[in-house]
Amino acid sequence: MGAKNFDYLDQLESEAIHIFREVAGQFERPALLFSGGKDSITLVHLALKAFRPGKFPFPLVHIDTGHNFPEALQFRDELAEKIGEKLIVRKVEDTIKTKGLAEPKGKFASRNALQTFTLLDTIEEFEFDACIGGARRDEEKARAKERIFSVRDEFGQWDPKRQRPELWNIYNGKINKGENVRVFPISNWTELDIWNYIRREKIDLPSIYFAHDREVLEHEGQFVATSEFIKLEEADVISTRRVRYRTVGDMTCTAAVESSASNIDDIIKEIIATKTSERGETRIDDRVSEAAMEDRKKNGYF
Amino acid sequence: MDLLRFITAGSVDDGKSTLIGRLLYDSKSIMIDQLEAIERQSKNKEEGEIDLALLTDGLRAEREQGITIDVAYKYFSTPKRKFIIADAPGHIQYTRNMVTGASNSDLIIILVDARHGVIEQTRRHSIIASLLRIPHVVVAVNKMDLVEYSQDVYNNILIDYAALAKELGLTDITYIPISALNGDNIVENSTNIKWYEGANLLEILENVEVKNDVDLKHARFPVQYVIRPQTEDLHDYRGYAGKLVSGVYKKGDTVTILPSGFISTVSDIEINGKSVDEAFAPQSIILHLADDIDISRGDLIVKSDDLPKVEQEIEVLLCWMDAKPLQAGKKYLLQLNSAVVKSVVKEIEYKIDVNTLEKLPSPEQAGLNDVVKAVIKTAKPIAFDPYQNSRANGGAILIDESSLVTVGACMIQ
Repeated sequence: MGAKNFDYLDQLESEAIHIFREVAGQFERPALLFSGGKDSITLVHLALKAFRPGKFPFPLVHIDTGHNFPEALQFRDELAEKIGEKLIVRKVEDTIKTKGLAEPKGKFASRNALQTFTLLDTIEEFEFDACIGGARRDEEKARAKERIFSVRDEFGQWDPKRQRPELWNIYNGKINKGENVRVFPISNWTELDIWNYIRREKIDLPSIYFAHDREVLEHEGQFVATSEFIKLEEADVISTRRVRYRTVGDMTCTAAVESSASNIDDIIKEIIATKTSERGETRIDDRVSEAAMEDRKKNGYF
Repeated sequence: MDLLRFITAGSVDDGKSTLIGRLLYDSKSIMIDQLEAIERQSKNKEEGEIDLALLTDGLRAEREQGITIDVAYKYFSTPKRKFIIADAPGHIQYTRNMVTGASNSDLIIILVDARHGVIEQTRRHSIIASLLRIPHVVVAVNKMDLVEYSQDVYNNILIDYAALAKELGLTDITYIPISALNGDNIVENSTNIKWYEGANLLEILENVEVKNDVDLKHARFPVQYVIRPQTEDLHDYRGYAGKLVSGVYKKGDTVTILPSGFISTVSDIEINGKSVDEAFAPQSIILHLADDIDISRGDLIVKSDDLPKVEQEIEVLLCWMDAKPLQAGKKYLLQLNSAVVKSVVKEIEYKIDVNTLEKLPSPEQAGLNDVVKAVIKTAKPIAFDPYQNSRANGGAILIDESSLVTVGACMIQ
């Protein structure tokens, strides 16, 4: 490869590797927040490129809501095993018990908001000073404003009005005790960039990203997988459909899309043709209000 | 397919948000649910039309106040290119945001209102473009519909701007008459402006040559991290991980490590676990040297036949970014790529009026958004290239020692 055909994926990749190494160089106790979704799987792939033949200078950390897709959990364990890196799992279930938190109610009771408590506890437990996450700026308009190195106060809160200017390729990771930094190496990637990169690099994904038959419940035009976490009612319309997941979150708040795309090429074709955004199509939790994400981030969410 | 990062300079009144909205909309980067959300909000505001500015205003406070506070990044692509837009507010009280957005941009679109021509704001945006050394400038004369698509109006603005560009030393300038509101010359050539025979805006963005903007002459490799597996089979492995900010390295190159001055030879270059003969900017690599030298994060590895400056007293153009003013005599941390050194601002020589480029000598302090010429003394020598030759190794930030916040952007002279 010559300098003249260094393409946009090469540039994004090099930028992400650079960010990973800045974390390694600037922090004492970083962690990689791993959800089992395609974005965090891409992060692991980039971390391998940044640090091999050395070990990762951080563990993988999964905040397990207890509502995950079993396919994603299995994939998580197999990946950690395959690359030989440490995996730390902390369960929202345990936080609910020890803190006496109220389980969210309702049909699609999502533990998404409770996740923040477990995340902040885990940060405190291990004294993590930097948490690397797979958020992208194209996902959501509050994220479009967040820095690559995003400083959080000791309560994990994001203050959008007090963000540090981020110039050139220089990242200021200096923090006071108790503060931590959330780092987003793939900030500048779009959904399509991720898929094109997964195709180019032949990155393995959990099977639920590809078309499969699944029993789903129809809810306001979205298809939600039936599971033990969702209470069915008599009026519910249940059917088996050929679907795939465009994002992988909790089973309670992630909707599937109807699709027959069983390989990456077909998925990319569908994404190019789609008229709905990633989060708009698949996330029930973003529909709460215009500022749902901004509010969650201000409370310590990644 | 390659990548272009650009910044749009202008305020809402100049049609900046409309322009960005149109580029996103016409390139199919706005999805139905996002449009619906905007429509809902537009109705909330009891306005008749869809307000495309809401697309770029990400924070609640911005939507409520109808202003842009911060830099937002937006993305779209065509079959030719991926684009990253830094959408920064254009008013003078947000100069720091514009400087931030400009620091990474390959190109700037300067919006000029056809009715008003080259005004103070145009000068300010152009001055920032020249300070930050943005390689390509597009002057988009907007709202041509409001001047009846007059070629004379357009030509007069060109003459005025050419004089400004000459004064500022801006070289690569493209001019285009547009109406962002009506879509004239944005992604399709306008039928209203038949006298204009150039490319439309999207074509300009797709075709501007950016490959040559990467400096492949001066080899500069800041060490970010040392990889030492210390396992049985990799007992002696010691690799220097980093990104080539400029230049090309080959196996066998003689290199100097700065600031120590030790000399060694490149014994191997690794990319993604594979040994390669050559690496070039902006690749992230692992570099191996023939000699066992003490090298750590913050060191700069350069080719020995092309050394940067290594000094302890530097002159900088400094954009101040903090509410607490800069004072001569105060200590800060200075970060240049991976190197961080203690420093003191010895003297503020003059303040630059960013509207006129006028120099105001010996100010006592510099406030938020001020641009000053200052002299900084560092505790240890730093290796740099003048910013005018190298954006990659000539830009540094100042960090407040107690708040640890980034308070200044330095362009080293």
